[in-house]
Parts: sequence; structure tokens; C-alpha cells
Amino acid sequence: MNTEKETPVYVAPQWKLVWWKFRKHKLALVSGIVILLIYLVALFVEILAPFLPDQTNSKYLYAPPQSLHFVDEQGNWGLYVYGYTSKIDPVALRRTFEIDSSVKIPVGLLVEGVPYKLFNLIPGNRHLLAPLDPDQPMYLLGADRLGRDVLSRLIVGTRVSMSIGLVGVLLSLVLGILLGGLSGYYGGNIDNLIQRVIEFLRSIPSIPLWMGLSAALPLDWDPLRVYFAITVILSLIGWTGLARVVRGRFLSLREEDFVMAARLDGASEMRIILGHMLPAFTSHIIAAITLAIPGMILSETALSFLGLGLREPVVSWGVLLQNAQDIRSIATAPWLLIPALAVVVSVLALNFLGDGLRDAADPYAR
Amino acid sequence: MQTLTPEVMLEVNNLKMHFPIRKGFRQRVVGHVKAVDDVSFAVRRGETLGLVGESGCGKTTIGRCIMRAYDPTAGAILYCNAKNEQVDLAALKSSDLKPYRRELRMIFQDPYSSLNPRMTVLDIVGEPLKVHGVARGAELEDRVANLLKRVGLRPEYMRRYPHAFSGGQRQRIGIARALALDPRIVVADEAVSALDVSVQAQILNLLEDLQAELNLTYLFISHDLSVVEYVADRVAVMYVGKIVELAETTALFAQPKHPYTEALLSAVPKPDPTMRSKRIVLEGDVADPANPPRGCYFHPRCRYAEDRCKTETPALRAVGQVGNLSHFAACHRAEELNLRGVVS
Repeated sequence: MNTEKETPVYVAPQWKLVWWKFRKHKLALVSGIVILLIYLVALFVEILAPFLPDQTNSKYLYAPPQSLHFVDEQGNWGLYVYGYTSKIDPVALRRTFEIDSSVKIPVGLLVEGVPYKLFNLIPGNRHLLAPLDPDQPMYLLGADRLGRDVLSRLIVGTRVSMSIGLVGVLLSLVLGILLGGLSGYYGGNIDNLIQRVIEFLRSIPSIPLWMGLSAALPLDWDPLRVYFAITVILSLIGWTGLARVVRGRFLSLREEDFVMAARLDGASEMRIILGHMLPAFTSHIIAAITLAIPGMILSETALSFLGLGLREPVVSWGVLLQNAQDIRSIATAPWLLIPALAVVVSVLALNFLGDGLRDAADPYAR
Repeated sequence: MQTLTPEVMLEVNNLKMHFPIRKGFRQRVVGHVKAVDDVSFAVRRGETLGLVGESGCGKTTIGRCIMRAYDPTAGAILYCNAKNEQVDLAALKSSDLKPYRRELRMIFQDPYSSLNPRMTVLDIVGEPLKVHGVARGAELEDRVANLLKRVGLRPEYMRRYPHAFSGGQRQRIGIARALALDPRIVVADEAVSALDVSVQAQILNLLEDLQAELNLTYLFISHDLSVVEYVADRVAVMYVGKIVELAETTALFAQPKHPYTEALLSAVPKPDPTMRSKRIVLEGDVADPANPPRGCYFHPRCRYAEDRCKTETPALRAVGQVGNLSHFAACHRAEELNLRGVVS
């Protein structure tokens, strides 16, 4: 072979062209990094959370957030937080906290603390950031009504919130591609039948269905399992949108000359579908998934907030927000709303990422 | 089954391709579009048969029926294969077609949509070789390199994607794909219509060179009369799903025997302004292939029509002889009319 230097764009496969186009979308690129970080957090919850999410402390109910300091008043370097002084309001009998800058609580990196098992396998007891003395308070995002650390709970909640719907999304994906593909490739009566089924499924209202399902599932199941079962059942209904997209792509691709050419080459149907047609919309499918995940995060949050989804003792963003439902707790402890920020950030990031992917998805569009 | 004469490689007999029109919720069939309606012709060994007609007259459908991209409604497509055995392609099951997919190949009209943008040239041209288990690995690369050389492309470009090539180069890739399996008949469906005139000439010359070199037979489908005049040995003219005239090229262009051919020829642009004759402008619209008129399909627009044209459908019959080739026309008045051709 001639080893002449080839112009890169002429020999670039599809994924490279997609990447080059995606790279220009700075917002999507940043969002992609944010999403990556969030999933890393979800993966390494045990190391990142300073405390256990259900570790209560009756001395520090609704303790306000402390800030992390690197230099003390004498100019010495070191990681520490200031302690609290608490006093009881004589009229309201309410305990209020004040940061006491005379008490320094030293904080360290990779400190030995509560033992855990990473991924349920690897035993460990090091925490990325924790007070050197595990009994001393460190509430970087404040404490809730039982004195539990909001930061630890937020980190632990990431895992459930970002993952529980994935199985549902995956299931709708498989169903959507399969049924949409059948519908678009074969057309005729099969197409007609599948399209009517889709119209029926789309007419079922989802919140009443969700309520009915959460009431109908066995009571002795734990909340996580109930929620998982519901998302799976809902995904059996939720594949319709993707199926329509896939059908449309198949319908238009079926008429393309290059598909006819593959047929005249003598290629089998399977080879035509998998080798010639599917690569034309893998990127669309990836974009569709990215845009489906925010929906699942939002529905988890919304339903848990309403008390239909996850419940204590499961820790998720929606469950954390449930604690911020009454005026009193918001008035005294606004930091309980921080999980909402996490929801907003992750949903926005996923949407921007999905947008960027969708724009870059078809580099051959003319 | 009738037997083919030795000089005939492919014979189409009474081919019909009717597409159902479906309507309503239950998709009931309310009629048929008669895209190809009772067409018969023969393709002789080593010749180029031009198939002309305006858009929607069924020429592409004939090509696709021969390739068995469509399943014809009725009729026979008799083909004499490499071992000199005669088969009816129209009657074969799609699973039995595979050997004939090697011998009959197609060149597509649109060099943009006929090449998968997600495959390299190596994959595109190599696909038929892979599917038929002819070659793989290094041997596949060698064969693709040879094919590319043969159609005038540099073999080192085989790892490029189609978007790296111009329209003419893409059409060469399409031709290389058609030649990959050493075909005997090539159906060129508007193979040059999408190209610039200068590139058209290059591709036509390439096709002619390949025909001489590889002993190919072409069915050349086009709506461009000047291209057909240049490339074809014989020409068949189609109107609303039927062949109205079939003759040797110079005879057809000089002395058409069907009024529709005359009208078509009068529309060919002539480079010499003093030679410009009056154009015959046909009145009315092309007949609807779902609901064609009675009698001769052309009679509502024909300026020579008589009463019998409105009731009797004329058959395609020999109306003259040029050398050993018959001149066929489907017109009741073919003998008596003296129609104007083009002087070239």
C-alpha cells in the first residue's frame, strides 16, 4: 500500500466526525464532563461521603453549614472547620447554633472513619474528607432535623437517583428499537398493528397509573424494590416515543439507494439491518437515551416528593427534598433545599449533553 | 417455456408490475398503479439497449423487476446464464436468486444516496465480494484495488469515505461495485443523469470501454435522448408502462414510427440554430397509470389519432426491417404515417 499521508477528514469514520462536531459545542462538552463527575460520585459514594447517611446526632439538629478553612488566624496552613456553640432561645425554646471560631476541628484527607465495603466487595474505612476525630461535627452543607449530615446524604442519594431509572430507560430502548424497527422495516399490517398499540399506550395517563401501581405492589417489599418494579412497568409503556423515532428512520432508510444496493449485493436481511441501516442512527439513539435520563431523574424526584416513589430509609434526592416540604424547616434550615440544586444541575447538564449529541449525531446531513 | 435464440441473453415476456393503492384505516386495495403493463422485449448479447421515456413511465420499474428488487405481478424474465442454461428470473424464489445476483448488476442514478456514507470505499466495493464469499482480507483489498484502477480511481483512496469524492468519482465507485462480481448484464438506471455534462461524457466512455473489455451487455435506462443516441445500439421508447417503439438507434432517430417518439425527438435540443425545427408540443397531461385511457394510451394527446385508436389497444408489432433487426412500433397507423425524425 501507498503510505501517502491521507487528509484526515476523508478517512474519518463516523464516530470521529461526530466527535469533531460535538467538540465545537462547548456547553455540551462541559456538561459531558459534569455528568461524568456526577457518575464518578455515584460510583465512589462510600469514599466520598464523610459519614454514614443515617448517622444521627442529637446535639446538632439543624446545625448550619460550616465552611472549610485552609489558613487559620495565625497564618498556619491546615484543613479545619470551626466548631459550634449552641444556645437555647428562652422564648421559643428553640436551639440555635453559632459558629465558634475559637474551636478548631482539624479535618484531613483520606481519614480513617466508619468502615464500609466499596461496591459491596472491597472493605475500607478511609474517607476522602472527614474530621480527624470522627466524633467531632463537620457539616459542610449543614445538618437535617435528626442531625444527619446533608452532604453525606446528598452524595449517597446520587447513586440511587442517577441509576434507578437506567434499567427502565434501557428496557424502553430495547423495546423501542425492536418494535420500531419491525414496524418501519416490514411496514404493512405489522406496522399498522404496532402503531395502534403505541397510540393506545400513549393515551394511558401515567401519574394515576403510578399511584395505582405503588398501591398494588406487595406491602412487604422494601421501597427500593417497589420503585424499581414501577420503573420497569412504566418502561413497558414508555418505549413508544423511541419506537416512533426508530420507525421513521427505518422508513426513510428503507428507500435509500444504498440499502437497495446492499439487497442487490445479495446481503441477508440481518446483514442489511445491522450492517447497513443501524449505523445510520446509533448516534440518534445515544442522543435519545441522554435526553431520556433527565425525565427519569425528574420523575423519581417528583414522585418521591409526593410520597409515591422512594421512601425513607432509602436515600435519594427526592427523599431528601421530602424533608424540605414544610415551611418551618425551610425557614430554619434552607440548606435542606440543596438536593434540588443537584437535581437542576444534573438535569440541565444531561439536556445540554443530549442537545450537543443530537446536533452532532448526523455528520452526513446535507 | 419458450427457448431463447442464441443471440438473445435476456428476454422479457408480458411483464407486468402493478402496485396496489391502499386507502383508509383497514388499508383496503382500491386500485392498482400499472407501472409496467404487459411489456415484452429482448436484450441481445453484447449490445446496449437504451430504454427511454419521461419520468414515471415505468423504465426504472422494468430495471428493478429484472434485478428482482421488485416481485413482478405477472410475466416472465428469461435469462440465459453463464452455463448456457435458461432460467425464468421472475419465477425464482428470492432464496434461489443469489447466483444471479452475481451475473446481473445495477448502477444507480444518484451517486450520493447509492453509497452508504458510513462505509469506506473498500467496504462498499468489497461488500458483494464478502457476501458471496469470493474474497476476504488481503485478497479482498487486492481485488478492490484492481476494480478501482479499472474504473479510473486511485487504489490508495480505498480507505476514504464517499464524502471525500466528487459526483463523477462516486459514480465510478458505484460502477466498481457493479463490476465486482464479474457480471454479464449491467442495468444502468439513469447512470449519468445526476452528473455534469462533461462528467457524463467521461462516464459514458468508461462504460463503453468496460463493455468492450469485459464483454458486458447493458440495459441503459435514461430520459436523456442525446445520451441514449450516443451509447445505445437499440432503443426502446416507453409511454405509461408500455413500450411504444423499439428499433435500432439510427433508424429510430431518423425515422420514428410512433407519434410519441416523434414528439420526444422534436424536444431534443439542436446545437445549430438554423436547423431548429418546430417543436411538437403535446397537449394534455401524461395518462394516469392507475387509470389509463381506453384504446391506445397515447390517443388523447396524439395529433394523428383516429376513432379506432380510442377503442383498440395497438400491439407492439414489427413494422419494418433494418438489416436483420426489426423495427417495432405500437401504433395502428405506423405504416401510413410519415413522421419526422432528427437528422444527425
